Amino acid sequence: MLTYILRRLLLAIPLMLAVVICNFLLITFAPGDPVTLLVGDYPAPEEYVRQVRAEYGLDQPIPVRLASYLGQLAVGNLGYSFANRVPVFQLITQRVGATLLLTLTALTLSSIVGVLLGVIAARQHNKPIDLVASAGALIGYAIPEFWLGQLFILLFAVGLGWLPSQGMRSSRSVATGWADLSDVAWHLVLPAFALSLRYLALITRITRVAMIEVLSSDYIRTARAKGAHERSVLLIHALRNAAAPVVTVIGYNLGFVLAGSALVETVYSWPGIGRLLFESIGKRDYPVLTAILLMVSLTVVIANLITDLVQGWLDPRVRNA
Amino acid sequence: MRNLTKNPRAFGSFMVIAFFLLMAFAAPLLAPFDPFLGGSNSLQPPGSGFLLGSDHLGRDVLSQVIYGSRASLLVGLLAAFSASAIGLSVGSVSGYLGGWFDNITMRVAEFFQTLPRFVLAAIIVAVFGGGLFKIIIVIALLGWMQTARVVRSQVLRLRDAAFVEAATQLGASQFRILRTHIVPNVMASVIVTASLDIAAAILLEGGLSFFGLGDANLVSWGGMLNQAQPYIRQAWWMAFFPGMAITLVVLAFNLFGDGLNEVFSPRKHD
Repeated sequence: MLTYILRRLLLAIPLMLAVVICNFLLITFAPGDPVTLLVGDYPAPEEYVRQVRAEYGLDQPIPVRLASYLGQLAVGNLGYSFANRVPVFQLITQRVGATLLLTLTALTLSSIVGVLLGVIAARQHNKPIDLVASAGALIGYAIPEFWLGQLFILLFAVGLGWLPSQGMRSSRSVATGWADLSDVAWHLVLPAFALSLRYLALITRITRVAMIEVLSSDYIRTARAKGAHERSVLLIHALRNAAAPVVTVIGYNLGFVLAGSALVETVYSWPGIGRLLFESIGKRDYPVLTAILLMVSLTVVIANLITDLVQGWLDPRVRNA
Repeated sequence: MRNLTKNPRAFGSFMVIAFFLLMAFAAPLLAPFDPFLGGSNSLQPPGSGFLLGSDHLGRDVLSQVIYGSRASLLVGLLAAFSASAIGLSVGSVSGYLGGWFDNITMRVAEFFQTLPRFVLAAIIVAVFGGGLFKIIIVIALLGWMQTARVVRSQVLRLRDAAFVEAATQLGASQFRILRTHIVPNVMASVIVTASLDIAAAILLEGGLSFFGLGDANLVSWGGMLNQAQPYIRQAWWMAFFPGMAITLVVLAFNLFGDGLNEVFSPRKHD
């Protein structure tokens, strides 16, 4: 297991470097003066523009520029956002919590409900429940999450008036402690459900297929024949073996949940990275855009790494391959 | 083809796709109004004057939905076609050659597949500028991986098949073997994957337009949803119909892909 972990870590490092270099190439080869991409389209003081030009050595050959770019990243310098008048690093750390709350809630929700629905559908293979779940999964996978967000607003906020439709907290709320927490949870319901439906559909589909395959295998028949309890057959014998593809889908889709979050946050004015992305595109605030790209890609590399490690822990064949 | 009409999933979804294709081609004939022409009748509910209501500038929602099918289908079809061409080339060469080339391309493909395409596409379009053509290129460049991986795994299997062995013994060149013996045998899976890619490309285009990154000269469903957002409390129809259109088209292409898969490999689905 230890060599497996080390090998995976060694693979992740060049990948991270590749991500950083791609980001650098994007800045370097974008049309116009590269300094615009480091400073943004917002009118910045001439002095600062000169300072950035010197810091990143923009008059130097490309390898030198790459080196100074890496150097700046190493000390956590992601640039300064003149549109927001704060360092980009600070801007992102302010927003990252809201996005993590939304995406992790959605991912947890869709994983638990998706696995549950998939198992139920597989057990009832070709019976009404299975057909309904499969059809629902197909439709759920086709609905754009941002439109679903708008539909939820129409239904639950405008129509029924049950839930709030904008923001993460009630406006002018001064609540603290439990009251604040429940206020946030209240605001979280609609965006989290809107974001989770597509992954819920996907996870249901994958779990169902994996479980159908496993449930028809010989050792399940053996387990049943020796009189094992149906629940233990499902949970211990079957699900553990069906877990590999499901874990892959959940882990490898974190990136897509992040992307979906960008759209859903925009619909609900959720104060996260996605909303920041939307605003920064409007303001042509390039340093923020490239920083988001970098951060999201690195998050995906790390999520893939964790997925691989869980895979190796679940399945000895993976770690000894 | 006969099998296609017998498969209800493939046939039903094909009819929906044909309906939207017809809509896109005949948009000027079908649309009751000019989709760009505003008027004083803003935010009218569906009914008498406007079948699906009017938007905040008094434009007819139905006409916009009809014209919007053009942007969605054009981007979906062209991006998926280009992505399939790239994926087919990369996948077949990678699978046939094997070795380090295969190793590296598959690592790259795997990694690109897990990156959030929407965020990537949004930032690239924001930095390099929009326009239909650039959007298609960006979506295609971010969407070839699944095809490449599917093709590669099939080529690996075919490479050792008897008829490929025979062609090699007869002295056929590597390129000839790829072109005449291997590629025709993987086309079925390429077409299935392409259908799913069309659906993904249409969703991606919808998201980009929703972010205001679509082609400003065209009506697009995502763009309509963007404009509906501030009026969501007053005019549900502005959001409801374009979103419904995206969902129907995406669902149809996904189902079509599934159906084709059943038609092409009947043994697996008895």
